[in-house]
Amino acid sequence: MHYAISEIPVIKRFLKSRWLQWGITVVTLAVFLVVILTGLFGTPAGNHNFGIVYVWLVWWALLKLIFVPFLGRFWCSVCPIPAPGDWLQRRAMITPRRGGKLYTLATKLFRKPGSFGARPWPKFLRNIWAQNLGFLAVALFSALILTSPLVTALTLLVFILVSLLVSLFYERRAFCRYLCPIGGFVGVYSQIAPVAVRVKDPAVCESHTEKTCYTGSDAGYGCPYFNLPQRLQANTLCSMCGECLRTCPKDNVAFYVRVPGADLLNTRGRRMDEAFNGLMMLGAAFIYSVVLIGPDGGLKATARAVGTPGWFVYVAALLSFSLLVVPGLFWLCVRLSQVLAGRPRPDMVDIAAAVRKRDSLFAGYATVLVPLGLAIWVAFTLSFTMTNLSYAWPALSDPFGWGWNLFGTAGMAWTPYLSGVIPYLQVPVLLVGLIVAVALAMRTAHQHQQPSRAALPVSAFCALAVVGLLTLYMA
Amino acid sequence: MIGTQFARRKTQWLFAGVTMALVALALLAPLPVTGAAPQERHITISAHTFAFEPGTVRVNRGDTVVINLESADVMHGLYLDGYEISTRAEPGQPGELRFVADRDGAFHFRCAVPCGNLHPFMIGKLIVEPNLPWLRAVAATLIAAVGAGAVFWK
Repeated sequence: MHYAISEIPVIKRFLKSRWLQWGITVVTLAVFLVVILTGLFGTPAGNHNFGIVYVWLVWWALLKLIFVPFLGRFWCSVCPIPAPGDWLQRRAMITPRRGGKLYTLATKLFRKPGSFGARPWPKFLRNIWAQNLGFLAVALFSALILTSPLVTALTLLVFILVSLLVSLFYERRAFCRYLCPIGGFVGVYSQIAPVAVRVKDPAVCESHTEKTCYTGSDAGYGCPYFNLPQRLQANTLCSMCGECLRTCPKDNVAFYVRVPGADLLNTRGRRMDEAFNGLMMLGAAFIYSVVLIGPDGGLKATARAVGTPGWFVYVAALLSFSLLVVPGLFWLCVRLSQVLAGRPRPDMVDIAAAVRKRDSLFAGYATVLVPLGLAIWVAFTLSFTMTNLSYAWPALSDPFGWGWNLFGTAGMAWTPYLSGVIPYLQVPVLLVGLIVAVALAMRTAHQHQQPSRAALPVSAFCALAVVGLLTLYMA
Repeated sequence: MIGTQFARRKTQWLFAGVTMALVALALLAPLPVTGAAPQERHITISAHTFAFEPGTVRVNRGDTVVINLESADVMHGLYLDGYEISTRAEPGQPGELRFVADRDGAFHFRCAVPCGNLHPFMIGKLIVEPNLPWLRAVAATLIAAVGAGAVFWK
């Protein structure tokens, strides 16, 4: 059930325009620069510093509560981090180069006669494992990053420099597709979004040999995320930037409004790297809920004291919980599902084989982690962003904390928004996530030729995760 | 075949309806509240280095709660979610909060005066027992899980 809203002429013109994406990106890049400057030169008090307030409260709330659930990876298409690399590769800001040609240093250094010249991304990195590890690496320092403007600025500077460096040697948005620690989970959770860019008729693509949606044309660039739109099955790797809408000469690509979570309906052929992203994110949400939202001040101080013996214990706890305990429990549930089904599958006995195998039962069941994980992250985000969001007003007028009052809002007092009703928002969100997760567990069982009872262990895992989080927040 | 599918769809809708009704019942049904007789409770909370001590405070519904907030380092505040009341304290100058705990559940209290980097996460918890909202949420979760399983069972 879907509707191609890009068939409405006004909307199509709007979506195909290069100005929309460029305009929003320029604004986000300007905000990004202020974040860097305030982080480097502003007050070290986080809640008076524009960088902390606008990255970890405003942007994070927008990303988790609006962008990802409703617009998928749209944020990625207007993210400021890859923008300088894009413009360098394109040697243009708005109007595309002839043939959508891209330029990299590799084009000059490694060009072979007759080849297009770009250096291919290493095969073993063509997955989101590096993004998973990147997220965990950031997570280890998160208590410090979230609360120190300087560390936030330095982290973002590292992101933009790595992105720029990668774009000098590898075509398109290789950083976003394969390395960005944020892009990994944004992609996985964006499968929930009620919007998608897809081809209208795959048969039309079959007959179109030029594949300008991939190679680029005078009308635009090839897919920045290395997608061939006709093979696109999920939002995971699509930022909905609209390049394929512009470059398809057959008008065979559309922007659809659809049933939320439609990408998850097929639980066959799921990827293990995405499964691990879901497990890791679930583990991280629990650790953050205990450490940051919990009442133990010692834990918070320990998580922030980077390099101390206590911090190494925190690192060991975070890593073992996210990489061993949660995946281990989930693996046991999937193994139990086979016992209940009465048909053991070899890929559940040999874990290495499961990683290699593209149609693993483990990865299939892991689709439940998308609605469940997103709901848990929304609940976590609600717990700290709403009560602190009012710091955005003074930080807007006094971004550096130097006593400015640019817009007359510097003196606005802290007002916790929705503080009395947050649990009443969290509970329905978690219940919806759980119901969808259980429905997906059942669907996974059926699509893998298992009886319904085989879905019980994974369903119980999901229910226990929700009860655990409710206990952390409400008991 | 079509008849079987129709009957199955009908059963699914029935299960979905019953599940939603039970979830709503678990979350909203009025329950008799019994517990210890209300009393006045004096609680001293020390605020220092981004933490409240004790971090978790338990009282009974109906108790008159008097919180004495002491600061051991810089100025701190205490804002109680749900009750929307606050006080502040600095070293040598404690603050006081007096209220009747007439709403049950868990309520975060958080520092209301910017006190340093970890200030947004300087959080404690007041639990007004019996903690029915949590019990209701857990019951609703279990009902929702079982109900969703029943709806999609083949």
